[in-house]
Amino acid sequence: MKFGVVIFPGSNCDRDTLYALSTVLGVDVVPLWHKERDIPSDVECVVLPGGFSYGDYLRAGAIARFSPIMQEVEQFARKGKYVLGICNGFQILTEAQLLPGALVRNLSLRFICRDVYIRVENCRTPFTTEYRDGQVLRIPIAHSEGRYYIDPDGLKALEDNEQILFRYATADGVITDEANPNGSVANIAGIVNERKNVCGMMPHPERAVEYILGSEDGKGVFASLINAIHLFQKEGTAQWVPSDLPS
Amino acid sequence: METKKRYTASVIVTLRKNIDDAQGKTIESALHTLGFLQIRNVRAGKVFRFQVEADSEEQAYRIVEKACEKLLANPVIEDYEIVLKDSSQEKAQMSI
Repeated sequence: MKFGVVIFPGSNCDRDTLYALSTVLGVDVVPLWHKERDIPSDVECVVLPGGFSYGDYLRAGAIARFSPIMQEVEQFARKGKYVLGICNGFQILTEAQLLPGALVRNLSLRFICRDVYIRVENCRTPFTTEYRDGQVLRIPIAHSEGRYYIDPDGLKALEDNEQILFRYATADGVITDEANPNGSVANIAGIVNERKNVCGMMPHPERAVEYILGSEDGKGVFASLINAIHLFQKEGTAQWVPSDLPS
Repeated sequence: METKKRYTASVIVTLRKNIDDAQGKTIESALHTLGFLQIRNVRAGKVFRFQVEADSEEQAYRIVEKACEKLLANPVIEDYEIVLKDSSQEKAQMSI
Protein backbone atom coordinates (compact mmCIF):
# COMPACT_ATOMS: atom_id res chain seq x y z
CA MET A 1 0.00 0.00 0.00
CA LYS A 2 1.46 3.31 -1.03
CA PHE A 3 0.49 6.93 -0.89
CA GLY A 4 1.51 9.38 -3.59
CA VAL A 5 2.14 13.08 -2.99
CA VAL A 6 1.97 15.26 -6.08
CA ILE A 7 4.50 18.08 -6.39
CA PHE A 8 3.66 21.06 -8.59
CA PRO A 9 6.03 23.95 -9.24
CA GLY A 10 5.32 26.10 -6.18
CA SER A 11 4.00 23.34 -3.90
CA ASN A 12 5.65 23.77 -0.52
CA CYS A 13 3.85 21.39 1.84
CA ASP A 14 4.90 18.25 0.01
CA ARG A 15 7.78 17.50 2.36
CA ASP A 16 5.66 17.91 5.49
CA THR A 17 3.08 15.62 3.92
CA LEU A 18 5.73 13.04 2.94
CA TYR A 19 7.15 13.24 6.48
CA ALA A 20 3.75 12.86 8.15
CA LEU A 21 2.93 9.81 6.08
CA SER A 22 6.30 8.05 6.13
CA THR A 23 7.85 8.95 9.48
CA VAL A 24 4.83 9.53 11.68
CA LEU A 25 2.30 7.14 10.18
CA GLY A 26 4.78 4.62 8.82
CA VAL A 27 3.39 4.12 5.33
CA ASP A 28 5.19 3.87 2.02
CA VAL A 29 4.94 7.10 0.16
CA VAL A 30 6.23 8.31 -3.20
CA PRO A 31 6.56 11.84 -4.55
CA LEU A 32 4.84 12.35 -7.91
CA TRP A 33 6.19 15.14 -10.12
CA HIS A 34 3.36 17.01 -11.82
CA LYS A 35 4.63 16.20 -15.30
CA GLU A 36 4.42 12.42 -14.79
CA ARG A 37 1.70 10.70 -16.75
CA ASP A 38 1.58 7.57 -14.62
CA ILE A 39 0.54 6.84 -11.07
CA PRO A 40 2.20 3.61 -9.86
CA SER A 41 -0.36 0.82 -9.64
CA ASP A 42 0.32 0.18 -5.93
CA VAL A 43 -0.63 3.74 -4.98
CA GLU A 44 -4.01 3.71 -3.25
CA CYS A 45 -4.23 7.35 -2.28
CA VAL A 46 -2.96 10.51 -3.93
CA VAL A 47 -2.44 13.66 -1.90
CA LEU A 48 -2.39 17.13 -3.48
CA PRO A 49 -0.40 19.13 -0.91
CA GLY A 50 -0.54 22.77 0.12
CA GLY A 51 1.52 25.57 -1.34
CA PHE A 52 1.39 28.09 -4.15
CA SER A 53 1.35 26.02 -7.31
CA TYR A 54 2.20 28.27 -10.27
CA GLY A 55 2.41 31.16 -7.83
CA ASP A 56 -1.40 31.13 -7.52
CA TYR A 57 -1.31 32.96 -10.86
CA LEU A 58 -4.69 33.61 -12.52
CA ARG A 59 -6.50 31.86 -9.62
CA ALA A 60 -5.13 29.50 -7.01
CA GLY A 61 -5.01 26.04 -8.57
CA ALA A 62 -6.29 27.23 -11.96
CA ILE A 63 -3.13 26.28 -13.85
CA ALA A 64 -2.09 23.25 -11.79
CA ARG A 65 -5.36 21.57 -12.71
CA PHE A 66 -4.06 21.29 -16.28
CA SER A 67 -0.75 19.67 -15.29
CA PRO A 68 -0.21 16.32 -17.04
CA ILE A 69 -0.58 14.31 -13.84
CA MET A 70 -4.05 15.71 -13.21
CA GLN A 71 -5.49 13.62 -16.04
CA GLU A 72 -4.18 10.58 -14.21
CA VAL A 73 -5.56 11.87 -10.91
CA GLU A 74 -8.99 12.29 -12.52
CA GLN A 75 -8.92 8.67 -13.79
CA PHE A 76 -7.65 7.54 -10.40
CA ALA A 77 -10.58 9.27 -8.68
CA ARG A 78 -13.04 7.85 -11.20
CA LYS A 79 -11.83 4.35 -10.32
CA GLY A 80 -12.86 4.99 -6.72
CA LYS A 81 -9.36 5.39 -5.30
CA TYR A 82 -8.70 8.08 -2.72
CA VAL A 83 -7.64 11.64 -3.38
CA LEU A 84 -6.95 14.12 -0.58
CA GLY A 85 -6.45 17.80 -1.43
CA ILE A 86 -5.02 19.99 1.33
CA CYS A 87 -5.27 23.78 1.05
CA ASN A 88 -3.86 24.48 -2.46
CA GLY A 89 -4.78 20.85 -3.18
CA PHE A 90 -8.41 21.64 -2.31
CA GLN A 91 -8.25 24.66 -4.61
CA ILE A 92 -6.89 22.48 -7.43
CA LEU A 93 -9.65 19.89 -6.92
CA THR A 94 -12.40 22.52 -7.19
CA GLU A 95 -10.80 24.04 -10.29
CA ALA A 96 -10.58 20.54 -11.77
CA GLN A 97 -14.25 20.09 -10.81
CA LEU A 98 -13.48 16.92 -8.89
CA LEU A 99 -15.15 18.73 -6.00
CA PRO A 100 -18.06 21.22 -6.20
CA GLY A 101 -17.87 24.90 -5.31
CA ALA A 102 -14.88 27.20 -5.29
CA LEU A 103 -12.37 28.81 -2.94
CA VAL A 104 -12.24 32.61 -3.06
CA ARG A 105 -10.37 35.39 -1.27
CA ASN A 106 -10.76 35.50 2.52
CA LEU A 107 -13.42 37.98 3.58
CA SER A 108 -10.86 39.89 5.63
CA LEU A 109 -8.60 40.08 2.55
CA ARG A 110 -5.77 38.96 4.82
CA PHE A 111 -3.57 35.90 4.69
CA ILE A 112 -4.44 34.02 7.88
CA CYS A 113 -1.90 31.76 9.50
CA ARG A 114 -3.01 30.31 12.82
CA ASP A 115 -4.57 27.36 14.60
CA VAL A 116 -8.32 26.99 14.23
CA TYR A 117 -10.87 24.61 15.65
CA ILE A 118 -12.86 22.48 13.26
CA ARG A 119 -15.73 20.20 14.12
CA VAL A 120 -16.08 16.77 12.50
CA GLU A 121 -19.46 16.64 10.79
CA ASN A 122 -19.32 13.16 9.29
CA CYS A 123 -17.09 10.40 10.62
CA ARG A 124 -18.41 7.86 8.10
CA THR A 125 -15.97 8.59 5.29
CA PRO A 126 -12.53 7.12 4.50
CA PHE A 127 -10.99 10.39 5.70
CA THR A 128 -12.67 10.61 9.11
CA THR A 129 -13.36 7.16 10.59
CA GLU A 130 -10.78 7.76 13.31
CA TYR A 131 -12.84 10.64 14.63
CA ARG A 132 -16.31 10.90 16.21
CA ASP A 133 -19.15 13.07 14.96
CA GLY A 134 -18.93 16.38 16.79
CA GLN A 135 -15.27 15.93 17.77
CA VAL A 136 -13.34 19.21 17.77
CA LEU A 137 -9.87 19.26 16.22
CA ARG A 138 -7.21 21.93 16.55
CA ILE A 139 -5.41 22.30 13.23
CA PRO A 140 -3.54 25.20 11.60
CA ILE A 141 -4.67 27.09 8.54
CA ALA A 142 -2.46 29.24 6.33
CA HIS A 143 -4.27 30.77 3.42
CA SER A 144 -5.44 33.87 1.62
CA GLU A 145 -8.03 32.24 -0.65
CA GLY A 146 -9.74 29.83 1.73
CA ARG A 147 -13.29 31.08 1.67
CA TYR A 148 -15.44 28.21 0.44
CA TYR A 149 -18.30 29.24 -1.82
CA ILE A 150 -21.11 27.17 -3.28
CA ASP A 151 -24.57 28.26 -4.47
CA PRO A 152 -27.62 27.54 -2.27
CA ASP A 153 -28.69 24.47 -4.31
CA GLY A 154 -25.16 23.10 -4.13
CA LEU A 155 -25.05 23.68 -0.39
CA LYS A 156 -28.32 21.82 0.08
CA ALA A 157 -26.96 18.90 -1.93
CA LEU A 158 -23.80 18.82 0.21
CA GLU A 159 -25.91 18.77 3.36
CA ASP A 160 -28.40 16.18 2.06
CA ASN A 161 -25.59 13.84 0.95
CA GLU A 162 -23.55 14.37 4.13
CA GLN A 163 -20.61 15.66 2.12
CA ILE A 164 -19.53 18.28 4.63
CA LEU A 165 -16.64 16.84 6.63
CA PHE A 166 -15.40 19.72 8.75
CA ARG A 167 -16.78 23.09 9.85
CA TYR A 168 -14.97 25.94 11.58
CA ALA A 169 -16.14 26.00 15.20
CA THR A 170 -15.31 27.28 18.67
CA ALA A 171 -13.19 25.15 20.98
CA ASP A 172 -16.47 23.84 22.38
CA GLY A 173 -17.71 22.79 18.99
CA VAL A 174 -20.23 25.57 18.39
CA ILE A 175 -20.56 26.89 14.84
CA THR A 176 -20.34 30.68 15.03
CA ASP A 177 -19.39 33.58 12.76
CA GLU A 178 -16.49 34.46 15.07
CA ALA A 179 -15.08 30.96 14.66
CA ASN A 180 -15.15 31.33 10.87
CA PRO A 181 -11.73 32.70 9.88
CA ASN A 182 -12.44 33.39 6.21
CA GLY A 183 -16.18 33.74 5.57
CA SER A 184 -16.71 30.25 4.15
CA VAL A 185 -20.37 29.51 3.50
CA ALA A 186 -21.85 27.48 6.38
CA ASN A 187 -18.39 27.55 8.03
CA ILE A 188 -17.27 24.79 5.69
CA ALA A 189 -13.61 23.81 6.12
CA GLY A 190 -13.61 20.49 4.26
CA ILE A 191 -15.85 18.39 2.03
CA VAL A 192 -15.99 15.14 0.10
CA ASN A 193 -17.51 14.39 -3.28
CA GLU A 194 -20.76 12.40 -3.62
CA ARG A 195 -18.87 9.11 -3.84
CA LYS A 196 -16.85 10.08 -0.76
CA ASN A 197 -13.50 9.10 -2.25
CA VAL A 198 -12.23 12.62 -2.96
CA CYS A 199 -11.71 15.05 -0.09
CA GLY A 200 -10.69 18.69 0.04
CA MET A 201 -9.86 20.58 3.21
CA MET A 202 -8.33 23.99 3.84
CA PRO A 203 -6.68 23.26 7.23
CA HIS A 204 -3.34 21.41 7.24
CA PRO A 205 -3.61 18.02 8.98
CA GLU A 206 0.03 17.28 8.10
CA ARG A 207 1.01 20.17 10.39
CA ALA A 208 -0.79 18.58 13.33
CA VAL A 209 0.63 15.07 13.55
CA GLU A 210 3.11 15.37 16.39
CA TYR A 211 2.72 16.67 19.93
CA ILE A 212 5.78 18.89 19.47
CA LEU A 213 3.91 20.78 16.72
CA GLY A 214 1.17 21.70 19.20
CA SER A 215 -1.46 19.23 18.09
CA GLU A 216 -1.76 15.65 16.91
CA ASP A 217 -5.38 16.15 15.83
CA GLY A 218 -4.52 15.92 12.15
CA LYS A 219 -3.21 12.37 12.38
CA GLY A 220 -6.73 10.96 12.20
CA VAL A 221 -7.20 12.02 8.56
CA PHE A 222 -4.24 9.91 7.45
CA ALA A 223 -4.96 7.08 9.90
CA SER A 224 -8.56 6.89 8.62
CA LEU A 225 -7.30 6.58 5.05
CA ILE A 226 -4.84 3.85 6.01
CA ASN A 227 -7.64 1.91 7.73
CA ALA A 228 -9.98 2.33 4.80
CA ILE A 229 -7.34 1.01 2.40
CA HIS A 230 -6.58 -1.95 4.68
CA LEU A 231 -10.28 -2.68 4.99
CA PHE A 232 -10.97 -2.93 1.33
CA GLN A 233 -7.70 -4.65 0.55
CA LYS A 234 -8.74 -7.30 3.05
CA GLU A 235 -12.30 -7.53 1.81
CA GLY A 236 -11.15 -7.41 -1.78
CA THR A 237 -13.79 -4.92 -2.76
CA ALA A 238 -12.95 -2.42 -5.44
CA GLN A 239 -14.38 0.49 -3.52
CA TRP A 240 -14.92 1.32 0.10
CA VAL A 241 -18.60 1.52 0.91
CA PRO A 242 -19.59 3.63 3.96
CA SER A 243 -22.27 1.22 5.18
CA ASP A 244 -19.71 -1.56 5.60
CA LEU A 245 -18.12 0.22 8.52
CA PRO A 246 -18.97 -0.73 12.08
CA SER A 247 -20.74 2.28 13.60
CA MET B 1 -4.80 31.59 -49.12
CA GLU B 2 -7.05 33.58 -46.84
CA THR B 3 -5.38 36.36 -44.93
CA LYS B 4 -6.09 35.96 -41.24
CA LYS B 5 -7.37 39.05 -39.52
CA ARG B 6 -5.95 40.18 -36.26
CA TYR B 7 -8.09 41.30 -33.34
CA THR B 8 -7.16 42.84 -30.03
CA ALA B 9 -9.21 41.29 -27.26
CA SER B 10 -9.90 42.69 -23.81
CA VAL B 11 -11.46 40.26 -21.37
CA ILE B 12 -12.80 41.63 -18.09
CA VAL B 13 -13.34 39.09 -15.33
CA THR B 14 -15.31 39.96 -12.19
CA LEU B 15 -16.87 38.02 -9.34
CA ARG B 16 -20.46 37.07 -10.01
CA LYS B 17 -23.01 39.51 -8.63
CA ASN B 18 -24.25 37.24 -5.83
CA ILE B 19 -20.79 36.82 -4.31
CA ASP B 20 -19.48 39.22 -1.66
CA ASP B 21 -16.71 41.23 -3.25
CA ALA B 22 -14.65 42.13 -0.20
CA GLN B 23 -12.00 43.80 -2.30
CA GLY B 24 -14.54 45.95 -4.12
CA LYS B 25 -16.14 47.00 -0.84
CA THR B 26 -12.80 47.91 0.67
CA ILE B 27 -11.88 49.97 -2.38
CA GLU B 28 -15.25 51.72 -2.21
CA SER B 29 -14.64 52.59 1.44
CA ALA B 30 -11.25 54.01 0.57
CA LEU B 31 -12.78 56.10 -2.24
CA HIS B 32 -15.44 57.42 0.15
CA THR B 33 -12.76 58.34 2.66
CA LEU B 34 -11.14 60.39 -0.11
CA GLY B 35 -14.42 62.20 -0.72
CA PHE B 36 -15.73 60.28 -3.75
CA LEU B 37 -19.16 59.78 -2.23
CA GLN B 38 -20.73 59.77 -5.68
CA ILE B 39 -19.04 56.44 -6.48
CA ARG B 40 -21.06 53.35 -5.56
CA ASN B 41 -21.14 49.58 -6.12
CA VAL B 42 -17.46 49.09 -6.75
CA ARG B 43 -16.52 45.63 -8.04
CA ALA B 44 -12.88 44.69 -8.49
CA GLY B 45 -11.79 42.43 -11.31
CA LYS B 46 -9.03 41.56 -13.72
CA VAL B 47 -8.43 42.36 -17.36
CA PHE B 48 -6.59 40.19 -19.88
CA ARG B 49 -5.46 41.74 -23.14
CA PHE B 50 -4.18 39.78 -26.09
CA GLN B 51 -4.26 39.43 -29.85
CA VAL B 52 -6.35 36.82 -31.64
CA GLU B 53 -5.89 35.66 -35.23
CA ALA B 54 -9.13 34.67 -36.94
CA ASP B 55 -11.02 34.79 -40.23
CA SER B 56 -13.80 36.95 -38.81
CA GLU B 57 -14.89 38.77 -35.70
CA GLU B 58 -17.41 36.00 -34.96
CA GLN B 59 -14.68 33.39 -35.07
CA ALA B 60 -12.41 35.52 -32.91
CA TYR B 61 -15.23 35.96 -30.39
CA ARG B 62 -15.84 32.21 -30.24
CA ILE B 63 -12.15 31.53 -29.66
CA VAL B 64 -11.98 34.05 -26.83
CA GLU B 65 -15.21 32.76 -25.32
CA LYS B 66 -13.78 29.22 -25.23
CA ALA B 67 -10.60 30.52 -23.61
CA CYS B 68 -12.72 32.24 -20.95
CA GLU B 69 -14.81 29.15 -20.24
CA LYS B 70 -11.76 26.88 -20.12
CA LEU B 71 -9.23 28.99 -18.23
CA LEU B 72 -9.54 32.75 -17.89
CA ALA B 73 -12.67 32.71 -15.72
CA ASN B 74 -14.01 30.20 -13.21
CA PRO B 75 -17.73 30.05 -14.15
CA VAL B 76 -18.66 28.96 -10.60
CA ILE B 77 -17.66 32.34 -9.22
CA GLU B 78 -16.81 34.68 -12.11
CA ASP B 79 -18.42 36.50 -15.02
CA TYR B 80 -16.54 37.70 -18.07
CA GLU B 81 -17.02 40.38 -20.73
CA ILE B 82 -15.31 40.27 -24.11
CA VAL B 83 -14.43 43.33 -26.16
CA LEU B 84 -12.87 42.84 -29.59
CA LYS B 85 -11.23 45.37 -31.85
CA ASP B 86 -10.06 44.74 -35.38
CA SER B 87 -6.39 45.60 -35.27
CA SER B 88 -5.30 44.09 -38.60
CA GLN B 89 -4.25 47.51 -39.88
CA GLU B 90 -2.23 48.35 -36.82
CA LYS B 91 1.39 47.47 -36.25
CA ALA B 92 1.91 44.02 -34.70
CA GLN B 93 2.30 45.04 -31.05
CA MET B 94 0.23 45.27 -27.89
CA SER B 95 -1.80 48.48 -27.83
CA ILE B 96 -3.49 50.33 -24.96
